[in-house]
Amino acid sequence: MTGIARLFTARRGVGRLHWTDWVSYAFLAVAVVLMFGPVLWLVLSSFKTPAALLEFPPTLAPVAQKEVRVEGYPQPLPLFSVPMEDGTVRQLAQVRRVGIIAQMVDPASPAATVRVPVDKRTPVREVAFAFENYIEPLAKFDFLRFLGNSLFVTVVATLITLVINSMAAYALSVYEFKGKSLAMLGVIGTLMIPITIILVPVYLVVTEMGLVNSLWAVILPGAATPTGVFLLRQYMLTIPRDLIEAARMDKASEWRIYARIVMPLSLPALAVLAIFSIMWRWNDFLWPLAVLTKSEVHTLQIALNAFQGELQTQWHYLLAMTVVTLAPVAIVFAFLQRFITTGIANTGMK
Amino acid sequence: MAGLELRAIRKDYGPVAVLKGVDLSIADGEFVVFVGPSGCGKSTLLRVIAGLETVTGGAVTIDGQDVTRVPASDRGLAMVFQSYALYPHMSVYDNMAFALENMGVAKPEIDARVRRAAAMLRLTDYLARKPGALSGGQRQRVAIGRAIVRDPKIFLFDEPLSNLDAELRVATRKELAALHAEIGGTMIYVTHDQVEAMTLADRIVVLNGGRIEQVGRPLDLYNEPANLFVAGFIGSPRMNLLPAGVDAVGALTLAGRALAGVTPGAQLAGEAVTLGVRPEHVGLCAAPEADATVAVDLVEQLGGETFLYASGQADLKLTIRLDGQVGVGRGDILPVRFDRARLHVFDAAGRARPLGLAPRSPA
Repeated sequence: MTGIARLFTARRGVGRLHWTDWVSYAFLAVAVVLMFGPVLWLVLSSFKTPAALLEFPPTLAPVAQKEVRVEGYPQPLPLFSVPMEDGTVRQLAQVRRVGIIAQMVDPASPAATVRVPVDKRTPVREVAFAFENYIEPLAKFDFLRFLGNSLFVTVVATLITLVINSMAAYALSVYEFKGKSLAMLGVIGTLMIPITIILVPVYLVVTEMGLVNSLWAVILPGAATPTGVFLLRQYMLTIPRDLIEAARMDKASEWRIYARIVMPLSLPALAVLAIFSIMWRWNDFLWPLAVLTKSEVHTLQIALNAFQGELQTQWHYLLAMTVVTLAPVAIVFAFLQRFITTGIANTGMK
Repeated sequence: MAGLELRAIRKDYGPVAVLKGVDLSIADGEFVVFVGPSGCGKSTLLRVIAGLETVTGGAVTIDGQDVTRVPASDRGLAMVFQSYALYPHMSVYDNMAFALENMGVAKPEIDARVRRAAAMLRLTDYLARKPGALSGGQRQRVAIGRAIVRDPKIFLFDEPLSNLDAELRVATRKELAALHAEIGGTMIYVTHDQVEAMTLADRIVVLNGGRIEQVGRPLDLYNEPANLFVAGFIGSPRMNLLPAGVDAVGALTLAGRALAGVTPGAQLAGEAVTLGVRPEHVGLCAAPEADATVAVDLVEQLGGETFLYASGQADLKLTIRLDGQVGVGRGDILPVRFDRARLHVFDAAGRARPLGLAPRSPA
């Protein structure tokens, strides 16, 4: 706690605040708003009702107009505060609106109606969380299945990526063989080919293998990423050769050296690759959209797209499910971020 | 425990020849030290024996079995690396147990062997620690422990003491000697430090430029260096190597004066030779008996011994070691005489030549 307190009150010198302190704190404050503002707004908005979302001017907090049930009226009526002619302010429920005149009723005495000009009254608001934004898609639209699909793709693909890439990186960093630099060049070369270019040929391959509409069609093509091979190889090059030779002297087989010596020592780089892979797989949109056409195999990202119709967009569901989509990656990041900083520093990747 | 045979070992890296035909046989239980300046190929030779380098030519035989093409993991040797190469993510115990696990030794047997080695090396209290939490000397002992738990055919040491400070180096050197006396394995030890070589070795192999210059017991190398390189390399401070000549009758001349009683022989007559004399074999004498007269440039008083660095005419540079404390100062002119029985003469090719010493006059 004292550490955090010290962090937030750190300053240049002792005594009065230097002007650079003001500038630093102002800059940091702006940066915090810029970075966390949109996320915070997204989360708050995801709890808004469709009506509140479309309100202008927009509000930050999820507020909704207060509604009351009044005896004699079947629907709940919206509540307004109205200044009366005698100077008092009363809360009245609106029965109907005709032109610029609203017909209002006091919830306490529902018999008498009052006519009020619409520009005089102001809506009574209260903070209200629309949890149905989350509950309905998760239950009604089978979002749990999409969440499951996304989790399966992300976890399995990341595991396969880690295993395959680390084996390739081990060979490319530890062994001397003919064509080694050519192989490395090939790996780096494929880094420069974006997915959009190879979309069609890869799609044809996947179709020929009968994988369309299977989650494996998403997992397999990207399992061996050149970025991962390159990142791990660069890290493994920093492992002292003596360790591998010592293991050879210790009668360890090459598989054992890989599993017991090189893998544990590459942990920071593996963590970085795992984080990258999780983010890539979780956020992947284009390729799953191409190969997953049946809705039961949709991943979260494609399912989100379904809320965005041609004629109307269900913003309240879209925002809520976007939060659901963001949460796992944010949690992964929170737990593994120390590996990212050390790992990226060590791999020399920027 | 095993003997080792090297036949005509060659190792080229592209056009660079690092080992140019090395023949050597090492007996079972012997402690052999490879010594030489950096770049002489001593570490490469050790790695060839270990199987970590392939050879360009020649054969390696262990216990009569040709292992030239056998990979390192199947040769049954253990190596202590200069960097120790301890697995940083494993505890001391796991470091020592790793090889045994790879060999498929049963768990209780592994435990017994690791604990025995740890006790021998005073590591019992540190078995649970990671190498990062150990001092340099402890890491060194773990590296040795990792080798001895395996009970290997041959121990290989690649400059194991070079990362230790001077005091620890001396202590560990003694421990190594004691260890060899205790477990008695065949050990091959690479160093550039001739003190380690002299103190540890049963036999020293002096390497230079990818070739063996001389193989022999430490004192044999010291007393009878076979060539100029070994003469200059073994001994500290190094042997004085003075340019000399042989006159028409076969007597040695130094700076134009004949050195009485030293006759390398008529077959060298007229040739330029090198006279070698160790610092402790130069003594002060009365002026009439002097072989040379030198002026003192620098005096190093170490208490038990004194080193004089002196120069004479015709670029004569001499290092002189005297016992005890000597009252000599900078600039003093001293007549010196060489101990006739301890002189070495090397011909133009650098080979040692026998001295034709005149019989000593009865003193």
